[in-house]
Amino acid sequence: MSPAAPLLEFQNLCFERNDVPLFDQLGGEVRSGEILQVSGANGAGKTTLLRVLATALRPTAGEIRWRGDPLPRSRSRYLTELVFLGHAPGFKSALSPRENLRWLGGLFTQRRETADTALAALGLAAWADVPCAQLSAGMLRRAALARLPLSDAALWILDEPLTALDRAGVGLVEELFRAHLNGGGGIIFSSHQPLTLPGVKRLELTGA
Amino acid sequence: MNSLVPEIDAWGPGPGAGFTALLRRDLLLAWRRRGEVANPLVFFAMITALIPVAVGPDPLLLARLAPGMVWIMALLGTLLAADTLFREDYADGALESLVLSPQPLWFLVLARVVAHWLVTGVPITLLSPLLATLLSLPSSGLWALVIGLALGTFAFSLLGAIGGALTVALGSGNVLRPLLVLPFYVPVLIFGTGAVTRAVSGGESAGPLALLGVIVALALLVSPFAAAAALRVGIDG
Repeated sequence: MSPAAPLLEFQNLCFERNDVPLFDQLGGEVRSGEILQVSGANGAGKTTLLRVLATALRPTAGEIRWRGDPLPRSRSRYLTELVFLGHAPGFKSALSPRENLRWLGGLFTQRRETADTALAALGLAAWADVPCAQLSAGMLRRAALARLPLSDAALWILDEPLTALDRAGVGLVEELFRAHLNGGGGIIFSSHQPLTLPGVKRLELTGA
Repeated sequence: MNSLVPEIDAWGPGPGAGFTALLRRDLLLAWRRRGEVANPLVFFAMITALIPVAVGPDPLLLARLAPGMVWIMALLGTLLAADTLFREDYADGALESLVLSPQPLWFLVLARVVAHWLVTGVPITLLSPLLATLLSLPSSGLWALVIGLALGTFAFSLLGAIGGALTVALGSGNVLRPLLVLPFYVPVLIFGTGAVTRAVSGGESAGPLALLGVIVALALLVSPFAAAAALRVGIDG
């Protein structure tokens, strides 16, 4: 582990589903303070790539390194420094956003900042105690994103974090991104929407 | 929010934090859906009330049937509930959070199993003396029934976790899972009913109960690890 190593780098990444390659020979890296946007048509493999990078899926071939160390071996250290928000954020519909953040908080390293401040930062303070089943898609997305200010992780991997968000919500996310990048974190996210942040690196999936 | 230096205001949850967080979550969820949780119990109470009507009120016959009937109800109750053990978490993405958390997955699986037992096995165990008495089981068999069920339903939950984890990606209503776990449930059923029958006939029930304890200990050693490995493969879909 050298200080100059990127947070996450991947080389020759290949993933096959039922022997059909979804993507092949992908490479890239995210350094401290960098943000990488994964784009591509529907079905191009954005979600799969993000899940591979988060170690939820095993790549067919290729190498992923966390802070310079190859991944399967450094996985436990990697997971303490990662937040992965997938399509389905794992929120229980019978529980309120606050209760959901609380149980997820037991699993991951968190700041002492309370769930209330995080929910307030995303404009959900009034809805903190309402069962998630009664929230709209956009509010659920905001509730899921409240995990970000709560987390202490260096790398965020976010699958379509802007889906269902209104314009104010997108603004809030950009603010969160900016603060995270300024603090030396890295972000990988998938979206079709362009962000107003400067210096967004792009990875276009075109299919293998 | 701007600082990423961990020493300042962050805490890493210890290995127990995930266990308690998950246990709390599951008990809270069970409380929110208490009607759903109580449903099998109501069903068993109705079965108990209907059996004497259907087979006749002969106390000797009912007493012979009672240990087996109560044990089968407990088995079916946990078997049906084991279906939801990981499937919901799989569908709403919570399972991914469990697998990608820095906490040891087998320990989180154990929390899920303990919660499942507290919500399904324990209520049936507590209700069993009442059901058995309604079926004219002599009171000499009640202790063996309660102790046996407490151990046996925990074994059911542990073993059910392996089946639930193996079939997590297969969706609801598949018949594979009961077929997978039922063979492992049979020894528990044999020793459990055996303990009650022996106690009723004035014999020693400690032997079968001790064997139940052995099954629980073995399942405790194997099941969390097996289920965790199966879940890792399961989300790989």
